Amino acid sequence: MTKNIISDSSEWSFPLLERFDREIGNLAHNVYGLDTYANQIEVISSEQMIDAYSSVGLPINYQHWSFGKQFVATEQTYRRGQMGLAYEIVINSDPCIAYLMEENTLPMQALVIAHACYGHNSFFKGNYLFRTWTSADAIIDYLVFARRYIAECEERYGEAEVETLLDSCHALMNHGVDRYKRPTPLTLAEEQRRQKDRAAYLQSMVNDLWRTLPTVEGDDGAEKDLRWPEEPQENLLYFIEKNAPLLEPWQREIVRIVRKMGQYFYPQRQTQVMNEGWATFWHYTLMNHLYDEGFVTDGFMMEFLQSHTGVVFQPTFDKPYYNGINPYALGFAMMRDIRRICEQPTDEDRLWFPDIAGGDWLKALDFAMRNFKDESFIAQYLSPTVMRDLRLFAICDDDREEHLEVTAIHEEQGYRALRQALAEQYNLGSREPNIQVFNVDRRGDRSLTLRHYRHNRRPLGDSAEEMLRHIRRLWGFTVRLETLDENGRTQLIGEC
Amino acid sequence: MSHFIDRRLNGKNKSTVNRQRFLKRYKSQLKRSVADAVNKRSITDIDSGERVGIPSKDISEPVFHHGKGGTRDMVHPGNKDFVTGDQIRRPEGGGGDGSGQGKAGKSGKGDDDFVFELSREEFMDLLFDDLELPNLVRNQLMGTTEFKTVRAGYSTDGSPSNIDVVRSLKGAIARRTAIGAPLRARVRELEEELRILIDSGIEETDIRVREIREEIDRLRTRITALPFIDTFDLRYQSFTKLPEPTSKAVMVCIMDVSGSMDQVRKNLAKRFFILLYLFLQRNYDKIDVIFIRHHTIAQEVDEQEFFYSRETGGTVVSSALNLAYDILKERYDSSVWNIYAAQASDGDNWDSDSTVCRDLLVEKLMPLMRYFAYVEITPRQHQSLWYAYQEVRATHRHFAMQEIDGAEDIFPVFRELFKRQEA
Repeated sequence: MTKNIISDSSEWSFPLLERFDREIGNLAHNVYGLDTYANQIEVISSEQMIDAYSSVGLPINYQHWSFGKQFVATEQTYRRGQMGLAYEIVINSDPCIAYLMEENTLPMQALVIAHACYGHNSFFKGNYLFRTWTSADAIIDYLVFARRYIAECEERYGEAEVETLLDSCHALMNHGVDRYKRPTPLTLAEEQRRQKDRAAYLQSMVNDLWRTLPTVEGDDGAEKDLRWPEEPQENLLYFIEKNAPLLEPWQREIVRIVRKMGQYFYPQRQTQVMNEGWATFWHYTLMNHLYDEGFVTDGFMMEFLQSHTGVVFQPTFDKPYYNGINPYALGFAMMRDIRRICEQPTDEDRLWFPDIAGGDWLKALDFAMRNFKDESFIAQYLSPTVMRDLRLFAICDDDREEHLEVTAIHEEQGYRALRQALAEQYNLGSREPNIQVFNVDRRGDRSLTLRHYRHNRRPLGDSAEEMLRHIRRLWGFTVRLETLDENGRTQLIGEC
Repeated sequence: MSHFIDRRLNGKNKSTVNRQRFLKRYKSQLKRSVADAVNKRSITDIDSGERVGIPSKDISEPVFHHGKGGTRDMVHPGNKDFVTGDQIRRPEGGGGDGSGQGKAGKSGKGDDDFVFELSREEFMDLLFDDLELPNLVRNQLMGTTEFKTVRAGYSTDGSPSNIDVVRSLKGAIARRTAIGAPLRARVRELEEELRILIDSGIEETDIRVREIREEIDRLRTRITALPFIDTFDLRYQSFTKLPEPTSKAVMVCIMDVSGSMDQVRKNLAKRFFILLYLFLQRNYDKIDVIFIRHHTIAQEVDEQEFFYSRETGGTVVSSALNLAYDILKERYDSSVWNIYAAQASDGDNWDSDSTVCRDLLVEKLMPLMRYFAYVEITPRQHQSLWYAYQEVRATHRHFAMQEIDGAEDIFPVFRELFKRQEA
C-alpha cells in the first residue's frame, strides 16, 4: 500500500500539485463520472487573494469605490487576524479558474483542488440555473468589455458622473433579473457589434415613447385609464435601461452592464446550500478514496479532516457565535444523506423517497445537482434523518403576539411543516422584498410608480427613502413607492 | 485536463485604484476623524499612520430589504427541549435566555464605525490638506548658495573612480571592429583565392600559395595586435553641479517657562510646535529646530529640557527675542535658510517690556522671517504683550497670532494660521 503514497511532506510543489490533480481528476471523471470544464489552476499570494476578494471574486472588474471599501475591510480584518482568508476562490468560467493560496499546505491544496476544481466546477457545468443564466465561455470576455467600456466613459464623461450612476445601479442590482425568462447569452464579439446599434436604436425608441407632438383630441379619453406598462415589471434595471427618458446611450449601456453582472450572480445567490454541499461532499468523497487507495498518509488525512470538520461545523442556536444555518453543513448533510438513502435505505426512507431509495446513488445525486435550486432541493430532499441529526425546529415570530411560538420540531407530525419552512427560508422571492414597476404617468408628469407587494405583513426596511433617491437619479422624474398590503389597500411609502 | 499557472509574481496591488477612490469619496469624513485623532493621540507618535473610523451608515450601500415586523418563520438547528406549541419569550436585543434568533448580529451592526488604517502619507495628506505655508518664497539663487550634483552624460576624461566600465568596453569593441574590418576582409579574400588555387590542384609548394599564406599570417598578426583596450576608449561618468534654491528651514521655538506655565500648558504648546514641525517637514528637505526658553533670561536648550524642566520666576519676553536674533545672525543666514518662528506663552510679561518686544520684532526679527506665529495659551484676559503684538500684526502680513484655550483648539488654530490664502 505505502508504495503509492504521493508525498509525506506537507510542502507543496508544482509537480506534486499536478500529480494530485491527475489522481483526483482521474477518480472524479472515471470512477464518479463528474462532468467538468477544463481547469485553470492559479497559485496566488495572500495579498492577491485579498484583491480577488474585493472585486467580488472576479478576476477582472471595472473600478468603483465600493470595491475599495471591500478591500480595506478585508485587509483590515485579515491583518488583525480576525478572519482567515477563504482557502479558494473559484470562478464560473470555461476553463474554470480556481485560485490556490501559496501559504496553504499540500493537504489543503489537494482539498481545494478536489473541492473547487471538481466539485464546484461540475456544479457550474451541470446545474440548470447556471446553464440558463450564465455563459461560462464568455464571462471573462464580457468582463473585459465592461471594464474597458466603463473606463472609456470615465474618460469621456468624468469619474464622478460614472460613479454616481454606478452607485444607483448597484443599489438596484438585485432587481435586475427576469426570474422567468431565459436571458440572452453574453459574448464579447456580439456585445461590441450590437452595442452601437443598440445605443442608437434605444434612444430612438425612447424618443418615440416620449414624443411631445400634440395628439388628436378625443383619442386621449380612451387611453387615459390604461396603465403603462400593462403588466407590472419585476426587472427594475431592465425597465430603466429601456425606458428611462433622460438617460444618455452610454448611461443605458452601463445600466445594462450592471444588470448583466447581477444576472451572473443570480444563480449563485440561489444555490448556496447546494453548491457548497455538492463541493464539500465531493472533496470528502475524493479525499477518502485517495486514502483508501493509499495515495496519502494518515497525517495527511488528519489535517484534511480537521479543516473539513471546521467547514461543516454547525453551532446550535443557543451559542453566542451562532449565525444562522451553515450552508456547508446543511448541504453536506443532505448530499451524504442522499447517498445513504440509496445505499442503506430504512423503511422510513422507502416511504419518503420511494423513487431513489435503494437506487444508484451516483445517478440520484447527479439528478439532484442538475435540476434544483436551494429552495426546491430542500423541499424535495430534506429527509427526516437530517432533520433529526441537526435537531431542527421552526419558530414563528409574529409581531402581534407577545411570544414566539415553536411551530414544528423534528418529529413525525412536524417533518413536513419543518421542511416547508426551511425551503421557504431559501426562497429568494421571500428573502427580498417584492418590488415592481406599476405605472408610468406617460401623459402627465412622467412620474414612475413602484409597488411593493407585502408578504406576511413584513414592511420595507428603512433604506427605502435612500433607494428612492437612487431610482430617481436614474429615472430623472418623480418616483413614487407604494405598498400593497394583504387586504388590497395601497399606501404611499415615499416620493422623491 | 488541468493547467497550472503561477501567478504569484503578478502585481498584487490590483485594488489600489479602488482604495484611492474610496478614500477620495469619503475625504470629508476622514478629515474629521484625522483631526479628532490628532487631538486625542499622544504627542510622541504623531508622525505615524493612524486608524480612522467612518460612521458605517455614511458608507453603506443601500438595497431594498425587509424591515422589522410582520410574521416570519425561521428554522434553527440544535433543539434541546422545545416541543411544538411552546411559547418562548422574545429575546431582547442580542440577549440571553437561550432562544436566540440570529437577528441580533444583523441589527446591532449598523452603528459601529468602519475602522481602518491609513498610511503615514495618507494621514499627513489629510491632516494638512488645504494648508499652505505663507510666503513660500524659495530663497533666491545667490552666488554659491547651494549646489546639487547631477549626472551629465559621459566625458573622455575624469578621475579613475568614475570610469564607466560598460561604456568603455563597448567603445573598445567598436574600435577593434572598425580598425580590424578591412584586415579581416582582406583575409577572407585571400582565403578564397587560396581555396580556388588548391581546388584546381596546385601544389602547396607553389610560390603563389606560399605568398598568400604568408600574407594571411601577417594580417592575422596585425588583427591580434589590436589593443584590447586603449586610453582612447575610456569613458568617465560626468557630473555637474546645478545651483539649487535652498530647501532648508530653521524653526525657532520660543516658550515661556515662567512659573505660570504649568505642564498642561507646556503640553499644549508642544503639540502646536510638533504640528508646525511636521508641516514644515512636508515642504523642506532639511529642518533645524532651535529651542529657546525664557523667564527673565533666555537660554537655548535641547528638546527634553525645553519641554520638561521646570523653572520659576518672572517673565521678560524680549530676552528670548534677543537671543533668537543673535542665534539667527550667527548661524542661519537668511539668504540660505527659510526661517520660521513659533512662540508660545501665557501672555505674561513685564509691562514695560512689551513695547521693547514690539520694536525688536519690527526692526530686527520680522525682516528675517518667513513667518512668525504667536499662540497665547490662556483662558484669561489678554495682557500688554497681546496688544503690543497686535500692532506688529497690523503692519506685517507674515505675523500671525491666535489664542488657545484647550487641547481641542490646537488643530483648528493651526489650520487657521496656515489656511490657504486666496490670491
